[in-house]
Amino acid sequence: MQLQRVAVTGLGAICGLGNTLDEVWANALAGKPGISKLEKQDTTDWPVTFGGEVKNFKLSEDLMPLKDQERFDLFNHFALHAGSAAIKQAGISKDTYESTRIGIIFGTGLGGFPHIEMHHKTYLEKGFRRISPFFIPSVIPNMAPGLLSIHYGFRGLNYSIASACASSAHAIGAAATEIMLGRQDAMITGGTEAVITPYTIGGFASMKALSKRNEEPARASRPFDVDRDGFVMGEGAGIIVLENYEKAKARGARIIAEVVGWGATSDSYHITAPHPEGEGTIPCMQQALAQAGIARELVGYINAHGTSTPQGDIAETNAIKRVFGDHAKKLAVSSTKSMTGHLLGAAGGLESIFCIKALETGMLPPTINLEKQDPQCDLDYVANNSRKADIQYAMNNSFGFGGTNSSTIFKKA
Amino acid sequence: MEVQDKVIKLVSEATKMDAANISINTTFVDDLNLDSLDMVELMMKMEDEFGVEIPEDETENLKSIGDVVNYLKTKSH
Repeated sequence: MQLQRVAVTGLGAICGLGNTLDEVWANALAGKPGISKLEKQDTTDWPVTFGGEVKNFKLSEDLMPLKDQERFDLFNHFALHAGSAAIKQAGISKDTYESTRIGIIFGTGLGGFPHIEMHHKTYLEKGFRRISPFFIPSVIPNMAPGLLSIHYGFRGLNYSIASACASSAHAIGAAATEIMLGRQDAMITGGTEAVITPYTIGGFASMKALSKRNEEPARASRPFDVDRDGFVMGEGAGIIVLENYEKAKARGARIIAEVVGWGATSDSYHITAPHPEGEGTIPCMQQALAQAGIARELVGYINAHGTSTPQGDIAETNAIKRVFGDHAKKLAVSSTKSMTGHLLGAAGGLESIFCIKALETGMLPPTINLEKQDPQCDLDYVANNSRKADIQYAMNNSFGFGGTNSSTIFKKA
Repeated sequence: MEVQDKVIKLVSEATKMDAANISINTTFVDDLNLDSLDMVELMMKMEDEFGVEIPEDETENLKSIGDVVNYLKTKSH
């Protein structure tokens, strides 16, 4: 069976680095930290009081009427905001293709935690009779693709994937597969997450997964640095429009990049710790290379999972070395989580966009706060400053709790 | 404040519609385009505001602002 080629034709993003992709990308290349003290809630007794928080954001009323805005949790707002930007860039509507051949798959790791906590408080105070009829629609993870399909009239397949911090990477892989198989002509994909709440901060803090550098938020996310002490929670969305390459070309769309390979495996090892020998992540990257059908030497850039946890960064470095051999020392690897924090279920969407922008612009975003490199992390991490690089292929790695892995390869247009 | 004014204020806040455009004759479904979920939420707000319990089978008969005002007046007597 001849697989169809997959074109990227639209991108949209929002995170602590900015509320539009132009702003996010400019700040990423400038090496600016998008991490700061949390301002939207009273964090007085919180164990961690900073994050990659989106500031000064209000969803356009064109995308959601004002009366609905307070009903739907923030991850839905981010998805509509970034999704509409991606759809606008792609220039598609429900009439571009048969509307049942335009689908949406988003990744969301946790869903509507802010509203779960808010409604729980109402229940405790006032009982069953005051639980809002909009509680369930607000918090279910697939409401984000649902709202987008309702707004745009896209009637193709529509669902969400939950695989923790690999959610939106899996979404992109699944969406690309739909196009490769010829089942859909266009797919809106990527992911969204907004769960900076007492329960999630408290939960991740109890796991000792979070950085506690409360006095220096901007320096807290420091992947591959000896002084890293955990990840920093971020929030936002990264949404991508994929299309059947030939059909996109035929309609005169500007093709930004291609999706050429996807690998997905599991560690089968531990609920949260990465396999120390990379038994899951190595075959994951190898599968992606195999589907792309390219020599490993052609990969010029990897946007690493690189969460800034002591174990994770070493395990990923070792896995990259095993997969790429001598070439591992030549290719560039960066963790943009140093600037955005960890967007959990949206990380793979945003970081795939960074791969695509690197291919499009010939600029690599840096790993900031890399002041003293961990001797066990001995690759070229594009330390602290962005730089030019003429790359043909870029890979995004995303790994999630449960021991789930996803690697995607993008090709320059 | 009169019951009618209070009801209009609540509906205005819930729907983000200007109170000036809402009157005693305004209907929930045809004029305000509210669906069944909107109605459940609105009745919760009425219950809180007026300290009454509106049984589910009663809400089916409340189709306009006037219906709600009349219902609340009978409850308070």
